[in-house]
Order: sequence, then structure tokens, then C-alpha cells
Amino acid sequence: MSGYRPRTKLELAQRVAMDIPDGAYVNLGIGMPTLVANHLPADRDVILQSENGILGMGPAPSEGDEDFDLINAGKQPVSLLPGGAYFHHADSFAMMRGGHLDICVLGAFQVSATGDLANWSTGEPGGIPAVGGAMDLAIGAKQTWVMLDLMTRQGQCKVVDCCTYPLTGIACVSRIYSDLATFDCSSHGLTLVDKVDGLDHAELVRLVGLPIRR
Amino acid sequence: MIDKIAASATQALAHVPDGATVLIGGFGTAGIPEELIQALISQGARELTVVNNNAGNGDTGLAALLAAGRVRKIICSFPRQADSQVFDGLYRSGKIELELVPQGNLAERLRAAGAGIGAFFTPTGYGTELARNPDGSPKETRDIQGRSYVLEYPIHGDVALIKAEAGDRWGNLTYRKAARNFGPVMATAARYTVATVHRVVELGGLDPEAIVTPGIHVSKIVPIERVATRAAGFRQEGVKR
Repeated sequence: MSGYRPRTKLELAQRVAMDIPDGAYVNLGIGMPTLVANHLPADRDVILQSENGILGMGPAPSEGDEDFDLINAGKQPVSLLPGGAYFHHADSFAMMRGGHLDICVLGAFQVSATGDLANWSTGEPGGIPAVGGAMDLAIGAKQTWVMLDLMTRQGQCKVVDCCTYPLTGIACVSRIYSDLATFDCSSHGLTLVDKVDGLDHAELVRLVGLPIRR
Repeated sequence: MIDKIAASATQALAHVPDGATVLIGGFGTAGIPEELIQALISQGARELTVVNNNAGNGDTGLAALLAAGRVRKIICSFPRQADSQVFDGLYRSGKIELELVPQGNLAERLRAAGAGIGAFFTPTGYGTELARNPDGSPKETRDIQGRSYVLEYPIHGDVALIKAEAGDRWGNLTYRKAARNFGPVMATAARYTVATVHRVVELGGLDPEAIVTPGIHVSKIVPIERVATRAAGFRQEGVKR
């Protein structure tokens, strides 16, 4: 057993942020991906989109300065950067579906080695389904990245051969950033991009249970 | 003379029939036409189909309309929220029908209705559970130039209730920040659109380059005082959030 330490949420957010190039138009999904905004390198112009009709979204305002007509997809107060713009919902989703966003970063319950995504429902009986913009985002951006802890609390890998949870989109994820390793996924399966120090390739393959090309 | 300015929300909504499909704007706290929903509750129309991004929060607004038992069916993208207990209860006891639609398909189906489009092929939802009709049968699909699409139909409204910022007597509208959200597409998708505004201006008072919804899409405008609430964009000082 090799000795290694998983990336913290903050380190994972930094790892994702490092790969977002200058000039990119990006949508960050609700939850963990939202953290990426705090780690974008200051010397890069990255323009954030929010599904509810904002391009050029800025950070949360300070306490007392909130404007509840200016909120993000998670319904939290945000700000608008100079140069930002507002537009209506059909235009916002046309922006996604039309392939105009460079990157979207989403959370996931499961991702298959070939890039199928399951992130909107665990299919639990009696649960109330809710999808929001997940399906539009997953298939719309030029690149869809997923950000997750590789293993569930029960020790099952979230990167799978075939998703068992209801799908969000088919073959839509191109890259997986996890607390243990980063993978590209394609029709050929997983390719390793990087892994945390001290984690053997053999151990990573054992955890994932799938072939990982180097 | 065209004068779309209504004396009150009650007057503007006097003729909403039972069984109507009502499009209601808003996303989170932003753009919810609270005063119009209140007036619809008082007006009493029943067996409504409501289209909104969500399914009501807390116990006011859309949640109050649901709690009053006026809504037969809701078409939305994200019903389940921390404070959607009214909807949750009705859904679990089988008292309300839910049509779950991916948010972009919802917006585009409304846009299609307003734009006279008979149906459209969208990549969103292909291969998922939401590419099924309410009866469980698969929706029509087609491969076009190597990509797979689902056929989706427009959502026409009998009535749209939306919140705008400023308007004139011809019905031209501007919005405020992200409170715009579904307002402009819903305005086009309904036969009868009512908008609240915080400011009424003279004709010519809105910059023609900045009008978002041209008056042709608007039936009535209801001027509403801007009080400092979250629904008006601002926090109400001293009031529990």
C-alpha cells in the first residue's frame, strides 16, 4: 500500500483553475465547481457565465450589499464585473447548447470511462426528481469537465464502466478532476493526466477497477 | 388610444379561466411576480397548469397558489429545493402532476411557442429518462449530421405573469439585472401577458435601443411600488430572511 494524501477541496479547485486558459468562457456548476472561481489566476481574463442570464459574473458582494435581482444558479447573491451582460433564459441556454462556452465544470455522482455523466438523480424511489440546467450544460459546452472525490464514502469508485444512476448526458465528459488523479475520457476509455504524489499506478487501477492508459 | 396600464393586478387578472396554462416568470428570488400570483390566488381560477423554473419556495407566492389547491399540473426544471415543502407534500400525496423538463428545453419550448415554431430537435436530454413522454413512451429522436436529437414541442401559455422594471402605456418593457430570466420568452409565449413594473414612463421614455420586450407581446402593465424586499431585488432591513 503506497502512502499518499488526497487533494483537499481547495487543492482540487486550484488544480482545475490552473487548466482554465486566459480568455475562456466558463460555466461553473453548483457545489464544488463554484470553488474554482476563487482560484482563477489573477493574470487571466476568465469570463464566467451563469445560466440565469449573466455573463461576466463577479464574486459575492459583501454583507449588506446583496442585490437579490443579481444571483447565481445556486440562488446566491453575486456581482457583475465591468463589461458583464444580462440576457434572458432562452439566450442563456442557446449560449450553452450552441457550443459557445469553452468549458463547463460539473459535479457528478458517476462518470463512465467513455464520458457518460450521471449527476442529477440517484433514481431513489420516492425521491422528487429535479434536473435544472444540468443536461443542457453537460452536452452544450465545447469541453465538459467533472470535479469529484474519486471514491464514495462507501469505498466505491465514481468513475465506472457504465453508469448505474440515471444519465445526464452521453459521452459528454472529456476530463475528470478528482482528489486522487486527473483523467481524460474518450471512446477509448481513461487516460491518466496526473495523480497525487505517492499513489502507485497499480493502486490507482485497483481503486478504479478499469484500465487506465498512461 | 393604446393604454395597457391596468388599475390593479386584480383588474388585470379578472378573466383568467379555470384550466388555464399560466406561465410564471422568476428564478430563485429574482423576477417572481409576487403581486400577480397573489391576485391570481384571490381571483380563484382552478385546475391550472403552471409553468415556472421551480415549484414554489416557502409558503408565499407560487407555493401559496399550490397550497390553495389551484394547480393541477406543474411544468418545471427544478422542483426540489430546501424550502419546497408545499410542492413536495402535494407531489408525494399524488395531488399534483409534474412534468420535469431540462431548463434549456423549458426556455426553448417557450421561445418556440412565441416564435411560431411547430417543434424542434434538441440535443439536451437525448439518451436520458427525460427523453420520454409523460406516459413513458420514448420521444421522437433523429440523428442529424452525426449528432442525436430529441423532438420537443412548444409550450403555449394562456396567460403569462412576469416581473419587469419599467414600462410605458404601449407595453414596452425593460428588466432589472438577472430578474429578466424567463420574462421575455414567457411574454412572447402567452396569448395574454401581464407584467408588473416599478416605473411607468411616458412613450419615448424608454431608450428604444434598450427595450427588451416590445409592447406587442404585452397585454397589461401593473405598476407596483418598489418596497425593499428580496423579491424587489433588495434586502428588507430588520426583516427575518
